[in-house]
Amino acid sequence: MPLVENGRIVEDRYVRVAADGPIPERVPIIVPAQRFLAEADSLVRRDGSLGVDWPNDRRVAELEPWLGHLALIALNFPKFKDGRAYSQARLLRETYSFGGMLRATGEVLRDQFHFLVRAGFDSFEVKKPADAAVFAEVLARYSVYYQPGADGRAPALRRRLQGGAAPKVRETA
Amino acid sequence: MYIYDSIDRTLVAERVAEFRDQVARRLSGELTEDEFKPLRLMNGVYLQLHAYMLRIANPYGTLSSRQLRQLAHVARRYDRGYGHFTTRQNIQFHWIKLEQLPDAMADLAAVGMHGMQTSGNNVRNITTDQWAGVAPDEIEDPRIWAEIIRQHVTLHPEFSFMPRKFKICVGAASHDRAALRIHDLAFRLHRNAGGEAGFEVMVGGGLGRTPYLAQTIRPFLKKCDLLSYVEAVLRTYNQFGRRDNIWKARIKILVHDLGAEAFAKEVEAEWQSIKDGPLALDAATVAEIASRFVYPDYEALEDGPPELAAARRADGRFDRWVNNAVANHKKSGYAIVTLSLKPEGGTPGDATAVQMDALADLADRYSFGEIRIGHEQNLALPHVAQRDLPAVWRALDALGLATPNIGLVSDIISCPGLDYCSLANARSIPIAQEITRRFHDLDRQRDLGRLHINISGCINACGHHHVGHIGILGVEKNGEEFYQITLGGEADDHAVLGTLIGPAVPYAKVADVVEDIAAAYLDLRTGPDELFIDTLKRTGIEPFRERVYAAR
Amino acid sequence: MASPLERKIKITGPVVVTANRVADGAVIYRDADGDWTTSLDAAAVATDAARAHALIAEANADDLRAVGAYIAPVELTEAGGRRPGNLRELIRLSGPTIELPVTFGI
Ligand code: HEM
Ligand code: SF4
Repeated sequence: MPLVENGRIVEDRYVRVAADGPIPERVPIIVPAQRFLAEADSLVRRDGSLGVDWPNDRRVAELEPWLGHLALIALNFPKFKDGRAYSQARLLRETYSFGGMLRATGEVLRDQFHFLVRAGFDSFEVKKPADAAVFAEVLARYSVYYQPGADGRAPALRRRLQGGAAPKVRETA
Repeated sequence: MYIYDSIDRTLVAERVAEFRDQVARRLSGELTEDEFKPLRLMNGVYLQLHAYMLRIANPYGTLSSRQLRQLAHVARRYDRGYGHFTTRQNIQFHWIKLEQLPDAMADLAAVGMHGMQTSGNNVRNITTDQWAGVAPDEIEDPRIWAEIIRQHVTLHPEFSFMPRKFKICVGAASHDRAALRIHDLAFRLHRNAGGEAGFEVMVGGGLGRTPYLAQTIRPFLKKCDLLSYVEAVLRTYNQFGRRDNIWKARIKILVHDLGAEAFAKEVEAEWQSIKDGPLALDAATVAEIASRFVYPDYEALEDGPPELAAARRADGRFDRWVNNAVANHKKSGYAIVTLSLKPEGGTPGDATAVQMDALADLADRYSFGEIRIGHEQNLALPHVAQRDLPAVWRALDALGLATPNIGLVSDIISCPGLDYCSLANARSIPIAQEITRRFHDLDRQRDLGRLHINISGCINACGHHHVGHIGILGVEKNGEEFYQITLGGEADDHAVLGTLIGPAVPYAKVADVVEDIAAAYLDLRTGPDELFIDTLKRTGIEPFRERVYAAR
Repeated sequence: MASPLERKIKITGPVVVTANRVADGAVIYRDADGDWTTSLDAAAVATDAARAHALIAEANADDLRAVGAYIAPVELTEAGGRRPGNLRELIRLSGPTIELPVTFGI
């Protein structure tokens, strides 16, 4: 499953650790939620980047005390149609100002890319290699957005006011 | 009418390009049906019994003549020369081919139209009162707020994969013509005691298998908080709405399970954290959107011009039509004209390309180029000068659009049912047609007065049968078409769900049952001034039930 | 163990496998040559669960041409033809039971 970051396919630096079993030293790790919560005190003191794999049916508010120690949060799309993690991502970015990486995992297909980016994700475990290969191209499909998202782009309502929209061609639609 | 700018047009064009690519990938096999289905649904493309169906959004039911002409063109070029106007102010084409869909969509995009979010688990087309902007009883034009919401939720990154579809409605009149309480989320613009205009917020309405009416969770919301409140409601629903069972996924179930109060508490907590953020609406933003609604340059005219009175005296048919289909306008000397898409023996809501083209011409000539679509599946010309009414009537009459049955027993709301829909248990349209034939005598219809019949071909309730004065629901029994009859539903200010009157009746008996119910009403009413629904409220359903089942 | 699909298939009379064509949505039937046809008379008829299962499995595998394949009842006529086994299938084969809006001038 190719990993896309910064618009390119990259090597995954993170190692996923199991619910039990040893935790490797120094390498970046992603820990399952249960274990993370149970062992958070020691995990945050460990040397090496720390990530957590967070299910989409748990409130992200539970992570609040640890956000400063987390380099990555992996959120899950068990199905393409199950969009709970979009809300989790926006809450993490906008309400809790999480500045680490947000990774989309699970059924991640090309037609979600722009939603994911706009919701604040910046790391993508893409299901199909063919989709990963056209990541940048797919993102270029849309150049205008109506609403503010977690990606800081100017939405249409503001662009119009700032005169950032192309000249207002009055034409009856 | 709302004038699209380059941003609106760019987005729609980019959407067509994306869909063209998705269709190509489906046809080449790169996308499986499982992967493609949610994508086509997000563009309003369903699969029905015979073909694909394309549903086009008409935001808040307003159409320009240019758009209507383009719909006629699409009907001709890519479909079978007609379209079906729905209870959600949309239009559907029932014979479209997947291979040709990108071209059809490109043609629609040329006039700013699209099928975005007319299906799928996102925020659907925002509906309002079809008389918005012209009704004498509204406090302001609700379409400005509907447009602000529409823009905000279009391709929303967070709310495109919710547990289930989500329908939002905005009203601003003292009489609810938009059926606010059957929506997932509804806003009623009104003035508080201090004279400030704001929204009553209602949530959790919906029909289908488990019908609920929306409950008020906030009596007054300031205008500047509209978008942040929408966001908070959607975010709460997106996270906590059920996803394990499609029949329990609508927000109405979440609201019901949590209780409206607990649900409101969740929403308010979320709202508090975002209300002062980027979604707070400032006056400049609202003014910018409002400035792109252009209103007609009305002439200064008096109400009741002499030529109208003379024409009414001279022609009884015209007079009857004026009484039935013409409503007061907020501007003196003008009128709102409702066009019946319910001719005797016709398919409720269908219009041919010929009718659409001719109507576009009429709108240009007599209604400042504007047409409206109402949830009763009728159309309207919203700005007709009263002195032009005779000419408009003659033209509409020639087009078969002047049946004077608005609000009467033959003005039936009906879903497509088993003649088109793959989810149907039973047919809806021929039932509607038979009822219109039984009641073809207009004097008899007028005597029966206001009486709404709603028909759905299955429990999904696309024909709103729960809120019909007489509701007819198709069910299946041992492979035969049967119909359950409910009485006493209402969609407007006093929204209430109808009550089932007894065992389902077979296809061939439905029109007889409706005749029995009508006859029972004529016997029971205190006089011609007591409406069907009022008699029913006074007597309860029992005497009606007796009448219907005594005979069988 | 039988797959859920196999377990579900119970056949009480002759059946065909039908679907909609991907490109235009037209109603199609699986024929005996592993192809699709728009003619019910040319459809392969199964009278036992094994044959029905084989037909639906083939049909489901053909995601490129057909969408939403399922097993539908059919009646055999004395002349050797087929009749749709219920109203839904009749409407799929012959179109809506109502008159379509008149389409003058096109
Ligand atoms: C291919 C044709 C159609 C399909 C497959 C379809 C499907 C559905 C489904 C599954 C629901 C129930 C959703 C739920 O409760 O979660 C529904 C509701 C609804 N449909 Fe349709 N529909 C179709 C055509 C129409 C048409 C033609 C109209 C208008 C005449 C319409 C108007 C509505 C409305 C207003 C509801 C909302 C009822 C509610 O609030 O639950 N639909 N539809
Ligand atoms: S109510 Fe049922 S039969 Fe009618 S259109 Fe909706 S899904 Fe189809």
